Amino acid sequence: MKPFGYVRAGSVEEAADAYASHPGARYLGGGTNLVDLMKLGVEQPATLVDVSRLPLDSVEELPAGALRIGATVRNSDLAAHPLVRDRYPVLSQALLAGASGQLRNIATTGGNLLQRTRCPYFQDTSKPCNKREPGSGCGARDGVHRDHAVLGHSPHCIATHPSDMAVALAALDAQVELYGADGERSVPAAEFHRLPGDHPECDTEIRPGEIITGVVLPATAAGLPSRYRKARDRASYAFALASVAAVLRVDDGVVQHVGVAFGALAHRPWRARRAEEALLGAAPTAAAFERAVDLELAAAQPLSDNAYKVGLARDLALDVLTRLAPPTTST
Amino acid sequence: METDTAHPTTGPPDHHHSEITLRVNGKPHTLTVDHRSVLLDVLREDLDLTGAKKGCDHGQCGACTVLVDGRRANSCLLPAVALDGGDITTVEGLGGDGEELHPLQRAFLDRDAFQCGYCTPGQICSAIGALAEAAAGHPSHVTDPGAPAGPPVALDRAEIRERLSGNLCRCGAYPNIVEAVEDVIP
Ligand SMILES: Cc1cc2nc3c(=O)[nH]c(=O)nc-3n(C[C@H](O)[C@H](O)[C@H](O)COP(=O)(O)OP(=O)(O)OC[C@H]3O[C@@H](n4cnc5c(N)ncnc54)[C@H](O)[C@@H]3O)c2cc1C
Ligand code: SF4
Ligand code: FES
Ligand code: FES
Repeated sequence: MKPFGYVRAGSVEEAADAYASHPGARYLGGGTNLVDLMKLGVEQPATLVDVSRLPLDSVEELPAGALRIGATVRNSDLAAHPLVRDRYPVLSQALLAGASGQLRNIATTGGNLLQRTRCPYFQDTSKPCNKREPGSGCGARDGVHRDHAVLGHSPHCIATHPSDMAVALAALDAQVELYGADGERSVPAAEFHRLPGDHPECDTEIRPGEIITGVVLPATAAGLPSRYRKARDRASYAFALASVAAVLRVDDGVVQHVGVAFGALAHRPWRARRAEEALLGAAPTAAAFERAVDLELAAAQPLSDNAYKVGLARDLALDVLTRLAPPTTST
Repeated sequence: METDTAHPTTGPPDHHHSEITLRVNGKPHTLTVDHRSVLLDVLREDLDLTGAKKGCDHGQCGACTVLVDGRRANSCLLPAVALDGGDITTVEGLGGDGEELHPLQRAFLDRDAFQCGYCTPGQICSAIGALAEAAAGHPSHVTDPGAPAGPPVALDRAEIRERLSGNLCRCGAYPNIVEAVEDVIP
């Protein structure tokens, strides 16, 4: 690892200033992804600007019934928060399905959103990777890509985003709050991560030097039935092969609100807009769920070794939607 | 050993080194650390506390688990400089003075909950953290999502296995580890 400087920021403004005045700086959250990548030589910061102690470590109710999560709230505390468990169970479940107890104690909300792909070629500096080194090629496309994307990939990159939490945030219509040189702005969680296109080196819409200050969960999704389900190679402590987060409200026998997002299928949490459109206003029957999910997954373009993901994601989505629908109408 | 300096991972404070204070097993230590040093390195190399083990060095095995401000964490991924002022407990600090063992250490012996022992310090620190989390009402992946927030979570075997899934044991001592943890559930 190359030697580097260290600055502990006392405020968001101070952090942004420190980043701007130290070329090659990186923000340090819990460090569970950044330090890992530094050990691998993938990240070589000249300075770490520590944002983990910024006063952004609380979960607070906003006047209109929304919930703001500070960027430094640890994943374990967020998953255990009574308001999150009560109003946004899908978020608590997604967090608890990720990593391990000790990692969740360290990992922050901001860092979780910005964690990098687990593509093994990205993590190995001796291999070609357009994300790590634009123009060097994609090792995974003709290599080992069982874990890679089936939706929205490009000739340049077939990586997936590994976060479970981000999938729940996308389904919940959360907003990511940012602070940077141009002041504050917020981006819908479902659009925060990008598709790879011609620029796989850009994972998200964040601008250089911007800080994630928090995430806002909207009042519109509060208290609605919601659920997360994840398939992985072992029962615990493994990244998703496919996952689904869903929020569903049924009134008078028809779907009034629906948010569905898939994890581990694409370069970003895959918001299933087509499926949602098909379901809104429809009766929540098994046939309607199947039609909607199939409509969404018709866009899948699996590679030679990951076609299993399409069927797996379908089964997960149908299971979650069926469990969320009121028993009387779910047949 | 009150104040430790002078070691390969340390040097005078400069652009790449900082002075920090850590309380480790109740004792304060002021050290100048290379920013690259993670807590695990400082414990093992500078403080001669070799209980916490380096298994994978990437957060994937749990052998390095210690308690930071009372919470379990992978010491291999924590830059020491970021922990300035922190309170660390390692497996060496769990028992009382002298040879006295923590009840969970005793239970690991009674249940033969290890073979080579490499993962054991991490398993024990992790289990102590997990017991505190359950007592504080923290749910896990296998907790009924409908359970009310607040009260302590009762730990059955499925809960223990899930909560300790961040600690791998290559000797496969898992059944006895679960039994040892069950022995100390309040
Ligand atoms: C063995 C292992 C298993 C795992 N399994 C899972 C899993 O199953 N599911 C899952 O979802 N995750 C999993 N993870 C990943 C884990 O969730 C992430 O590493 C963690 O959430 C990152 O958070 P952090 O605070 O440690 O981020 P850091 O490592 O500190 O930072 C990550 C990135 O975010 C940037 N950053 C951090 N905070 C901010 C901020 N406030 N503003 C702007 N930039 C910021 C950093 O510069 C860096 O680029 C696993 C990790 C490991 C090591
Ligand atoms: S899939 Fe993306 S991250 Fe993986 S090797 Fe190809 S370009 Fe790199
Ligand atoms: S050495 Fe830290 S998790 Fe393996
Ligand atoms: S006892 Fe050998 S690794 Fe667990």
